[in-house]
Amino acid sequence: MIKRVLMVAALAVVLAGCGSNVKLDEPPAGSGATGTTNGAGAGTQGAGQSTVTQVQAGTPGADAQGPVGVGRVILFDFDSFTVKPEYQGLIDQHARFLQANRGRSVSLEGNTDERGSREYNLALGQKRAEAVRRALTLVGASDAQIEAVSFGEEKPAVAGSSEEAYSQNRRVELRYR
Amino acid sequence: MAARTDTQFETSVSPGLLPLPPAFDWAARAFIRHPTFGMTSHKPLFSSPDWRRRALLGALAAAPALPAWAQFRVEVSGVGLRQLPIALPVFRGEDGAPQKISAIVRADLERSGQFRVVDSGSDAMDETTRPDMAVWRQRSADSLAGGSIARLGDGRFDVRFRLWDVVRNQDLGGQGYVVPQADLRLAAHKIADYIYEKLTGEKGIFSTRLAYVTKGGSRYTLWVADSDGENAQAALSSPESIISPTWSPNGAQLAYVSFEARKPVIYVHDVATGRRRLLANFKGSNSAPAWSPDGRSLAVTLSRDGGSQLYLISAGGGEPRRLTQSPSIDTEPVFSPDGASIYFVSDRGGAPQIYRMPAGGGAAQRVTFSGGYNVSPAISPDGRYLAYVSRTGGYKLHVMELASGSVAAVTDTAEDENPSFAPNSRLIVYATRQGGRDVLMTTTLDGKIKARLAGQGGDIREPSWGPFQR
Repeated sequence: MIKRVLMVAALAVVLAGCGSNVKLDEPPAGSGATGTTNGAGAGTQGAGQSTVTQVQAGTPGADAQGPVGVGRVILFDFDSFTVKPEYQGLIDQHARFLQANRGRSVSLEGNTDERGSREYNLALGQKRAEAVRRALTLVGASDAQIEAVSFGEEKPAVAGSSEEAYSQNRRVELRYR
Repeated sequence: MAARTDTQFETSVSPGLLPLPPAFDWAARAFIRHPTFGMTSHKPLFSSPDWRRRALLGALAAAPALPAWAQFRVEVSGVGLRQLPIALPVFRGEDGAPQKISAIVRADLERSGQFRVVDSGSDAMDETTRPDMAVWRQRSADSLAGGSIARLGDGRFDVRFRLWDVVRNQDLGGQGYVVPQADLRLAAHKIADYIYEKLTGEKGIFSTRLAYVTKGGSRYTLWVADSDGENAQAALSSPESIISPTWSPNGAQLAYVSFEARKPVIYVHDVATGRRRLLANFKGSNSAPAWSPDGRSLAVTLSRDGGSQLYLISAGGGEPRRLTQSPSIDTEPVFSPDGASIYFVSDRGGAPQIYRMPAGGGAAQRVTFSGGYNVSPAISPDGRYLAYVSRTGGYKLHVMELASGSVAAVTDTAEDENPSFAPNSRLIVYATRQGGRDVLMTTTLDGKIKARLAGQGGDIREPSWGPFQR
């Protein structure tokens, strides 16, 4: 029965144009529950069962102001997930900023070099972001103001497959919201 | 383009081109009509001769060839132990049609590694021909398929073919498809599936679909393509990365990880309509979706409780249930085809290895033992094989026979990623670099036959092979 309906629908749109664009309202923001984000356009146009309807994703929001004159990048050694002591000053300043600005929040974006599985690298980047999160909360920042996320190997700071590029890409970036 | 072709049909028809009536008693044949593939009516296609169509066929054959058809870029390497020689003459009417049906069928069969296409000479033939088997035996063909394509008055196309066993001088049946232009390649793949199944006894996968991701400039695009990588259509275009697309068991939806919100979140996306739903957007990272075989739930990796751990979430969304409780990384889950187990990657032993646990959670057993970096597991739909990437002087695709535990590296490339099995368990698609380019390859499980898939140029990755089409 369903097959019959599909067949009729397919025949009815034989000469209709190819895929229509569906515009998303906004990219998902915040955290928590699941839900429907795109209902625009039922997408019933198209020719044949091979037809695919395209969706355009939105652009994420810009970086917001954090503490002035304080570094936002923490580099990691190869295969390491430990925040090096040289970054303790940077961590302290960000923690103080968060304590003084309870309405603000920061995203800790973990990154890796490009070698290996994308999903495993995502988990490794997460491990780095979690390490920075622990370092921040250890010196008084509130967990509620912090979200540790990972880009894995998806957003290299430096392009290329050299050890120099890799060392710049093994990092956590702090991004204020 | 379509209008011009139509005009050619209308103006070129002349009584002088009417071919001879069909040689067979069509009503007695096992010809089955599939108007849109979704439906099977067991009515003989040629219960009465269709003279108008015959006339169109003749006109098509007489029309001048149209230029600039897409070139096939399937490159097959390696030799199988046993390849079936088959002749695939150009379908009647193909020169004037939007798709070269016989060329698509040919490339499909060659890519499978199980067929060798022999020279067909220049004899014109179609599904109504009564072939002289002595001639085809001389060309060392064991089987032969001929067919035709004709444009109907309503703009759709009528594609028909017939398969013969040359050695036994036997008619192996045929099929007819009436399809819109957008489904002509699908019709060709259905023909390849029919031939493959008749001659090998196994279900063909040519009419299935692939999903993959490309990066072009600063744009990421999620594509849905035919199983040969051609006919790619964009499902999602984004300024941020898209990874881990994976087909739902019914072939209608893709789950994937999108970074468009400046963090990884999981969507479930209906490819026909473009409607998509946020499946997991919890605090932290949301990644590595894997459908359960019944399509009701997905295993995912979440960091909501700190660290990457596995959870089970209903396909409709809702509160996830935690599956692993470890202080280490647990990710890249994949269900066994019976739904009873989940294979996943964990570094609980100090380095990433593949483990297996009950689908509801519980004690995990280690599955991979050799090498210090084994990731990206995929289980064959028949449940017999595990494909994964192992770092062994480069990142190489390996295949393990689960019953015996025996493992073989099946490529000679060094940056293999993301294996995904064809639904008939006979081929694996994976991403790699070859000659300085990112490519998608298919390989047989023994690594003997490889093909580079056509598709978008540039940075191409993250292939996922869809299920059998309904």
